[in-house]
Amino acid sequence: MKKAILANTISIALLCAPFWGQQASAPQANAQNPELEQHIRELEDRVIALEGKIRTMESEKAAAAQPQPAQSTAQPESGTAAQTTVPSPATTVPSPQIANETQAGLANAAGQLPVYGGSSAAAKALNPDISVIGDFIGAAGGNTAPPLATLQPFPSMEMHESEIGLQAIIDPYARGDFFISFGEQGVNLEEGYITFTALPAGLIAKAGKMRSAFGKVNTLHNHVLPWVDRPLVTTNLVGGEDGIDDAGFSLQRILPAPKGIFLEATGQVFRGDSDDVFAAQQRSDVSTVEHLRGYRDITESTNVDIGVSYARGHNNGNVTLPGDFITQLYGVDATVRWKPLRRSIYHSFVGRSEFIWSQRQQFPREQRAFGMYASGDYQFGRRWFAGGRFDWSERSQFDNLTDKGAAATLTYWPSEFSQLRGEYRFTRYAENRDGNELLMQLIFSLGAHGAHPF
Amino acid sequence: MKRLQIALVLMGLLFLPIASQAKKLNVITATTDMAALAQEVGGDRINVESIAKGYQDPHFVEAKPSFLLKLRQADLLITVGLQLEIGWLPPLITQSGNRRIQVGANGYLDASQFAEILEIPTGTVTRAMGDVHPLGNPHYWLDPDNGRRVARGIAGKLGELDPSGAAYFQERFQDFDKKLTVAEQKWDAEMAPFRGNKVVTYHNSFTNFAKHFHLNVIGYVEPRPGIPPTPSHTLDLIGLMKRENCKLVLVEPYFDLKTPNSIGAATGAKVQVYLPSVGGEKQVTTYFELFDYDMDLLKKAFQ
Repeated sequence: MKKAILANTISIALLCAPFWGQQASAPQANAQNPELEQHIRELEDRVIALEGKIRTMESEKAAAAQPQPAQSTAQPESGTAAQTTVPSPATTVPSPQIANETQAGLANAAGQLPVYGGSSAAAKALNPDISVIGDFIGAAGGNTAPPLATLQPFPSMEMHESEIGLQAIIDPYARGDFFISFGEQGVNLEEGYITFTALPAGLIAKAGKMRSAFGKVNTLHNHVLPWVDRPLVTTNLVGGEDGIDDAGFSLQRILPAPKGIFLEATGQVFRGDSDDVFAAQQRSDVSTVEHLRGYRDITESTNVDIGVSYARGHNNGNVTLPGDFITQLYGVDATVRWKPLRRSIYHSFVGRSEFIWSQRQQFPREQRAFGMYASGDYQFGRRWFAGGRFDWSERSQFDNLTDKGAAATLTYWPSEFSQLRGEYRFTRYAENRDGNELLMQLIFSLGAHGAHPF
Repeated sequence: MKRLQIALVLMGLLFLPIASQAKKLNVITATTDMAALAQEVGGDRINVESIAKGYQDPHFVEAKPSFLLKLRQADLLITVGLQLEIGWLPPLITQSGNRRIQVGANGYLDASQFAEILEIPTGTVTRAMGDVHPLGNPHYWLDPDNGRRVARGIAGKLGELDPSGAAYFQERFQDFDKKLTVAEQKWDAEMAPFRGNKVVTYHNSFTNFAKHFHLNVIGYVEPRPGIPPTPSHTLDLIGLMKRENCKLVLVEPYFDLKTPNSIGAATGAKVQVYLPSVGGEKQVTTYFELFDYDMDLLKKAFQ
């Protein structure tokens, strides 16, 4: 094999030799200027290639300085290896063998000089992306929740949440995401998990604490919701703001489907403790969440997203008779999106609805509660959004009590990194008490540019 | 010994055509320009598709799950880099379940490493500067020299992923290089009479083009990158254009024309929708056609 490589290299070099000769004898002609120009161009190219190399080394490639298995160190260097053949493209026919050898050399050089910590700029390059999102909420108007209601009205003003995000690629096989939220009641690890991105068979696994994949709203952080609050059905049946957010692991995979249809299945197992929804009294009281998502592009600007979810876990019973009971949740969610690509920053529409059924065993009989919301949000300018939401939900422990509500929102974006929202909210409790409120919210984001959720 | 070597070389040559029957590489690119360049060097040994459309703002692409279907089959993902796709590509890569294209893996190629990058901010970078790209201006593909450099980089990467096609990719790159050199001479000649002409653009996506063809971008409709026009900035800009006698406003196809048109009305400048990307108009399907289209537009506008 080595001989073949050698032979190939030699033959290629021999092939190139005549070109070299021609170039060298060229200056005799009056073509001195073009050649000088060509020379300058080549030098320019080399400088640019070097600049690019430095840039990449400074950013992501810094990770390659960490000790890693030989194979993976070789990979990130490949891009630079391609560059080493760059300088004289006109005179050499770059052969893959040469490139490979150079690549191996570079990889070794990087592998032998691991940099641990230190205060250099390169060490900082390995810091995770840090972001802080502030969520300030003000409320006015009247809303006194009846004693049995699950909805907790907002105080006049509160720094509702300060969410710190720390995100980074851990190694060639995984990335890590932490979201720590500081609220009025203290600190809460909202999410903190590792995602294994390099598993075989297209599997994606997560382990840690995470928002479960039950429906849509449950997966979303406060600052990406189209409202100040969460729908009544979330509060009444799925644990409110924190929702089903628990420690466990998750496995997801894209399933084979007819062309044009995206089908994804997610299975999750959790400890079984999430707010009011699930409570685990012993180790075996784990909860599970399953989600199946189907998505299809109708046109390039319109698409439909439909999901079904199931969750099962244990609950503590109620005040009359505490004990070990089972709660099962069924959910259907549907989203329609419209965003014309040519004017995507000016106009869009998202219509969304979720239906959730809860079966909660408790004394003296199982409670079968149903709840839903339907909402629509229209973007009518680069910075302006208007929306509405309708709420209807029974309560998980009292399926004969139904709360209803409606909300209208107006959102203004000074920039991509801050957002001002007003929401008028009407709530009619089952106890025949009404709430009329005006909520104001200011969201502001510092640091790394987070991805926009879809 | 010598005979053996010759035999080996000959055998190698014999095997080449057979190897070329191999499976095509699936290449997914973030933008159409990268797809066009990959197509130039990849020829019929690759299937290439772009996530963003040419008439779409590449900063704001939705991370649709349908893109995951494409990404999970990809052997190579080519990104523009410099955080252009930061708002949408990272979750797609994570969720693709495709280990070949994860950041740092062999099938992930950030094309910005090959190109000359302008406007790299020095000193403190804050968001008071708008949606500033701390690594430099990501619209670098609008300089044909950068197109050549990126194409060369892509050819190298393709050869690495498909060694049996390495020679083919290099040959195609050489062809592209020659074609581009000829085209560049033509474009340079076409733009020569307009050297130093002043233009205003909506977003700062024209920097590399202006540098290569010696045009002078004196201002932007956006007060800061990514910040929508404000009345006071628009008035300032009108004043500046009048003072500088600037007669052309270039707008990317994904921006609203209302403010540019009012600027045009106030200053007598022409307002033109120029194409920053391949596929911005249906007939513009290659890297060459992109420049041809914009050259035509500029020539007419400057005359």
